[in-house]
Amino acid sequence: MRVSMDIELQDAPGQLVHALKPISEFRGNLVSVVHHHEKRTPRGTIPVQVVFETESLSITPLVTKLEALGVGVIRVNEEKYLERGTVVLIGHIVHTDLEDTIDTIDKTGYAEVVELHLSMPSINQSSSASFKLDAVGKKELRDAISLLRSIAQKKDLVLIEPIESEIL
Amino acid sequence: MKTIKASIIGFGSVGQGVARVLLRKKEELSSMGLDIVVVAVADSKTAVIAQEGVDLSMVLERKASEGVVGDTHITGHDIIRDIEHDLVIETTPTNIDTGGVGLQNMLTAFSKKRHVVTSNKGPLALKYRELAALAERYGCAFRFEATVGGAMPLLNLVRDTLAGNDVISIEGIFNGTCNYILTRMMEEHATYELMLAEAQELGIAEKDPAYDVEGIDAACKLVILANAIFGIDATYKDVHVTGISRITPEALMLAETDGYVIKLIGEVNKQRIQVAPRLVPMGHPLAVGGTLNVASLQTDLAGPVIVVGRGAGSIETASAIFSDIVSIYKK
Repeated sequence: MRVSMDIELQDAPGQLVHALKPISEFRGNLVSVVHHHEKRTPRGTIPVQVVFETESLSITPLVTKLEALGVGVIRVNEEKYLERGTVVLIGHIVHTDLEDTIDTIDKTGYAEVVELHLSMPSINQSSSASFKLDAVGKKELRDAISLLRSIAQKKDLVLIEPIESEIL
Repeated sequence: MKTIKASIIGFGSVGQGVARVLLRKKEELSSMGLDIVVVAVADSKTAVIAQEGVDLSMVLERKASEGVVGDTHITGHDIIRDIEHDLVIETTPTNIDTGGVGLQNMLTAFSKKRHVVTSNKGPLALKYRELAALAERYGCAFRFEATVGGAMPLLNLVRDTLAGNDVISIEGIFNGTCNYILTRMMEEHATYELMLAEAQELGIAEKDPAYDVEGIDAACKLVILANAIFGIDATYKDVHVTGISRITPEALMLAETDGYVIKLIGEVNKQRIQVAPRLVPMGHPLAVGGTLNVASLQTDLAGPVIVVGRGAGSIETASAIFSDIVSIYKK
């Protein structure tokens, strides 16, 4: 997941390294650090925005550690899913157990169906649906789509995937 | 001036296109030091043979008025076997089950040490390796730019212009009929059946459309690319194929809402050869409309290279054949 964090540092030399070290020990991969040296808080501290990616599922231990070191953690925003993809399915989508189709993706733990638009023109005709999938990374998005591919084959649905250069 | 004796075997739309282009570009050929003398023309019923050169204008006229090219009842295969000439322009119709007469024509041409330029996909999609090996054994040139994407340059582009590049993957639209039907379904919010009927009325789709709409034609082209560019020993049976006949107007509209169009995309790389309807972002270079073909090549040195062009048509396909002929003789 991707984490963005607003922290506050004391105005003293070496404070930034002091704050970033625990993040690297936490195996966080730094994406950006914005150090607002010109903006001082009413408490006399300096605000810093840090963005990093991590494979850990919880960042509570990191926050605890930073606070123990005297680094103020003001705001934490976690984004679990970094990738989004769209696929279209055609066929008897509802009558081939739509719930099961969605569950198969949701149960992976690395991807979820986050949007579904369904069009059912009439009872005997094929339905069409667009699925939006969120996944923790590119590889996981591919894996989720290939899961859908095998479901589609089993349920005689046509799966329309994005072109390769779209996922790359 | 180099004189090249050639035969045109197969005189349908493509064969006639070749005859027209040879007539039209006679001066350009002379300026390259080439004089192409067509010593024989054959269609499926008749033939015309003249060692000093067949009058192509007259043959075109006769084909148009009487439906035949001449009075001689000798097959294209016999011409290739028995008449002395250098180059066989093989434009008989594609047969994907057996390779048809085209396969026999090519095999015999090589065994007689004649170069072959063709637009016929069937023999290549079934027996690429065998044909290429035979051509090499007899020291013959074997060129088939017209088999993949009609006028759109692809094989010669990779061989000559992109020489030295490794091609990592090719992805694109290789069937104009499917592209037309999908484009029109989206524009009119109409069913597949309706837009297929429209395409048939306009002569864009055949009466029996299966070869195009089930993705067979695109699959044959991918097999040729897989062999010629990627060195994969593949035949038509190795391609995963899904056609467009199950696509609904609702699916196209849902895709549109999300910023996509649906196109029948052929994809070839070392891992897989596949034809399937895919989502292409609007504004993406592969999202071309109408009957156009397009191919996006990923290469190691040049990066992505994209070509768009007409995938079918008499003169357009003849253009590819013409460029193959020139590339053999213009050294």
